[in-house]
Parts: sequence; structure tokens; C-alpha cells
Amino acid sequence: MTNKNTIAAKLDVDVIRKDFPILKRKVNGQSLVYLDNAATSQTPQQVIDAIVDYYQNYNANIHRGVHSLSQEATDAYETAREKIRAHFNIGKRHEVIFTSGTTHAINLVASGFTHFLKEGDEILVSALEHHSNIVPWQMLCERTGAKLRVIPMTMNGELKMEEYHRLLSERTKLVFCNHVSNALGTINPIEGIIGAAHKVGAAVLIDGAQAAAHIKSDLQKLDVDFYTVSAHKMCGPTGVGILYGKEKWLNKLPPYQGGGEMIAEVTFEKTTYANLPHKFEAGTPNICGGIAFGAALDYMNTIGFEAISEYEDALVDYATEQLLAIDGLKIYGTAKHKTSVVSFNIEDIHPYDIGTILDKMGIAVRTGHHCAQPIMDFYQIPGTVRASFSFYNTMEEVDKLVEAVKKAKSMLL
Amino acid sequence: MTIQEIQEEIVDEFSMFEDWMQRYEYMIELGKSLPLIDGQYKTEDHIIKGCQSKVWVHAEMKDDKVVFTADSDAIITKGIIAILIRVFSNQKPQDVINASTDFIDEIGLKEHLSPTRANGLVSMIKQLKLYAVAYQAQLN
Ligand SMILES: Cc1ncc(COP(=O)(O)O)c(C=O)c1O
Repeated sequence: MTNKNTIAAKLDVDVIRKDFPILKRKVNGQSLVYLDNAATSQTPQQVIDAIVDYYQNYNANIHRGVHSLSQEATDAYETAREKIRAHFNIGKRHEVIFTSGTTHAINLVASGFTHFLKEGDEILVSALEHHSNIVPWQMLCERTGAKLRVIPMTMNGELKMEEYHRLLSERTKLVFCNHVSNALGTINPIEGIIGAAHKVGAAVLIDGAQAAAHIKSDLQKLDVDFYTVSAHKMCGPTGVGILYGKEKWLNKLPPYQGGGEMIAEVTFEKTTYANLPHKFEAGTPNICGGIAFGAALDYMNTIGFEAISEYEDALVDYATEQLLAIDGLKIYGTAKHKTSVVSFNIEDIHPYDIGTILDKMGIAVRTGHHCAQPIMDFYQIPGTVRASFSFYNTMEEVDKLVEAVKKAKSMLL
Repeated sequence: MTIQEIQEEIVDEFSMFEDWMQRYEYMIELGKSLPLIDGQYKTEDHIIKGCQSKVWVHAEMKDDKVVFTADSDAIITKGIIAILIRVFSNQKPQDVINASTDFIDEIGLKEHLSPTRANGLVSMIKQLKLYAVAYQAQLN
């Protein structure tokens, strides 16, 4: 079992919890135990302050005003872009495209690839995908006649790499895979996925939505072509995220949306597009969101990703051990490398019923198919109960979860 | 009994429970009781897709009354369905159309009928009323 003391030395969870006002909340008369971090993370005061500061002191449109406020807002927004660049060790600042989140980023790439694909080409996606992220590729295939092929998974929730290598061929033009699965928490071997795809000349898009809160990725070292992040899963606000793309790809891709910001010159005959990143940033962006995303990265880096992932590993190991002691409880997703997610069912109790009882006890978990219907079909279950832990959760909260699950089981069976 | 009377009776029953746990235990009991729908109606075309739990509904006319049967794969949802069936089934279509569901609030289960709750119950009630409207149109 984990030694709670050595962990506590690196990360003082009691101090950290004071940064999150929402954790003081009561839900249904009980202290909130928030274990739905994989859906969205909570927001520390430092990020809330950045949001308030923006609206109180320098709210203005960016990149277009001569006045001071506009300049201040532009500077803050571009500073945030720089923080994101540095955090992910991205080569050039203009390779960071602000988007509304991962979904937007994926659609941007899928839309752009319409011009590069033809019948007979293939796109590989992993069996572990968020199903809403499969749809853009299906639509791309419909537009181009390319074929979607699926990298299968094992019962443990790991990708079958030998099958992946078999699927790769000169027909493969694009590989799409999440860095971490939202439903099961599996950390996919993306280094190997990227390297092998490049050998056959395919581009790779990695969905980092679930990974970014736990793993600090060096995108240059990974040599990935595209990588996406949503701020709201890493202590930032909703509705903002990034697409990272290698400069050579971003130059090749056509603009996704037309509008202000993304143009150099406009006449009714012809428009020339602005340089990167503005070519992909049509319209007034989520300025405050971008700035707050930067503040969220500052916050997490102050704690340190090493301390975060070590602490979260301890939480999930403890939770796994305690939950497995409950008779009839089965955990889905037992990959060797996984983040702090436990997806489970108890016998044939419907996950919705367990989630409802847990909510009554103040415990927030996700139930259902987690937008990963194909994974649920694979296991032939309607869904799971998913508890996902963050660095501000405590061992005591794990105990509360376990007690509540036992209670739910006794009520429902 | 009229819909109104049945609702009052249910509110009365629930007033005896002291906390949420007793209310839920009762609903789970209801949910575990006999099937609420004939197996032959548990098919795709009787399904109301809530995001998470499935709900099946069937309606037929017996004399001048509409009889509902329904089911769900989640026990708590099924328990609430049992309560709704008790209120709405075996009533005249016009009475079903006119009936309110405010009593759900009074018995402390309001959150289950929130339009954003992904359990299929709101769609189920809408479906019950739609059946009633259709049967009423036949009667007119
Ligand atoms: C793996 C994964 N990809 C993509 C998304 C979608 O992110 P967003 O809703 O922020 O666009 C999520 C969020 O649920 C996710 O977990």
C-alpha cells in the first residue's frame, strides 16, 4: 500500500484545497466530494482572479485597437500563448492556435484534410476514442472517399500495437489517437504510434484533452504533427483550448472559418489570409479564457507535474485497492499505464443507479458511456461508474467514495 | 380514484419517510417489483432514449381509459416509473392530458424530472401525454 506520508511531503493537499473555493460546497447537505475531474476540473482562486482582473481592468478587443486597453489585452493574450508554447515545449509561438477546445481543434484539422485525401486513402483511429471525436473523421471519409480503420484494443483497455503496425501502410494518411482515454484512463504509447506512422508518411493527431492535466508533454520531442488540449480539464475555464500544429502543416492547411482576424487583405475579388496563427483564429476569440488558461498553467506548474502525477497515482492505487475489495465490483481498464481514473460496475447494477445514490451522498462521479459508446459495446455493458481523481482530492475522499459505493450496493442489490 | 386523489395518496405515503435514504429504498423496492411492461413491448420501437437509462413505454385503450405500461433498465428510474404509472394509468385520456406532475416535487424527487436529467423520464411523461392526446382525438 502507498505510504501516505512520503506523498504528502511533496504535495500539501490541505494547502492546495484552500485554493479551490468550490471544494467548500455542500451538495445534498453533504460536503462535496468531487470525483468527476476527467469531465472538467475545478478552478483555483488564482485562475478566478485572472478572469475577474481581465473584466475589471482591461477588457478590450485584441489585435485591432490603437488604445491602451486593447494593447494590454493583446499583450496578456499573447503572453498566455507564449506560456502555452513554453509549457508544451512547442517550437514556435504561432504553432499554438487558440480554439474553443479539443473538439474545435479536431474539426479544424479534419476539415483541412479534405484537400489532402482521396479515395483509397486510409485514416486510422484507435478503438479508445471519445465517440464525438470519431464523427469528424467519419465526415471526412464521406467527403473524400477515404476509409476509416480502427486500431483494436485488448480487454485490459490497451491498444493492440501489433495490429496497429499491421494496419499501417502507404495508404495511411492520418492517424488519430488520444494520449489518454477518458473512459478508462489508459495512457497510450504515443511515441511508438507517432514514430511508426511517420515511417509510412502519415500525419498524426494526438488528442491530449485527458492527458494534459496529468502529463507535461514535450511536443517537439514527441515529433507529433498535431496535438489538442482543452483548458477546462486542467484548472482553466471552459470554452478554450489549443491546437498545436507543426508549422509546415499549418501552412498547408486551408483556413477553417472565414471572418475577422484571419485575413490580410480583402476585396470582393480575392482575400489573402493572415499569417499564422491568425489564419485559424477568425473572429473575436475567447480572450479572457486564453488569459485564464495561461494562469491555470502557471498554477499547475507551481505545484509541479511530477508531484501531481505522483500524488494522483497514489490516490488511484489506493482507490483501486479499496474498491476491488468490494465483492462483485469489476474495474474496466486495467492498463499498465493509466491516469487517475477508475471505471467500474458492480454485478449488473445499472451505473445510473449507483451514480444517483452517490450524488445523494455528496459524491460527484460520472456515469454512463462517457461518450465512448464503442468501448462500452466492446465490453457489452451500458456504461460504467467513473471516478476520476485530481491532485486536490484526498485519501479521505477515496474512503468516502468506497463507503458510499458499499452503501449503494447494499441498497440496490 | 382520480389522478388528484392518487397523487395525494402518494404524497401522504412519502411524508412518512424521514430522509432521502428511506425514500430511495422505497423506490428501489418499487423498481425491483414485478415487470411493469409485457416483454413483447420491450422493443426498439417502444424505447425512449434517455442518455443513460433506457425507458420503454406502451399504451392501449381499455374501455374509455388509457392503460400504460413501462419499464427501465435502471432500478431507481423504474421505481419512479412505477409511481407515474400508478398516477396516469387507467385514467381517461383527457384527465391524463390535464394532469400536472407537481406532486413529484412534493415527494422530494424533483431532480429526477429535471429536463436536463439524462434518465428518460421527462421524455416518458411527454410520451404518456402524447398517447393520451392521440386517444382523445380518436374519441372526439
Ligand atoms: C479524450 C477527450 N477528447 C476530447 C474531449 C472533448 O473536449 P472538449 O469538450 O473540451 O472539446 C474530451 C472531453 O470530454 C475528452 O475526454
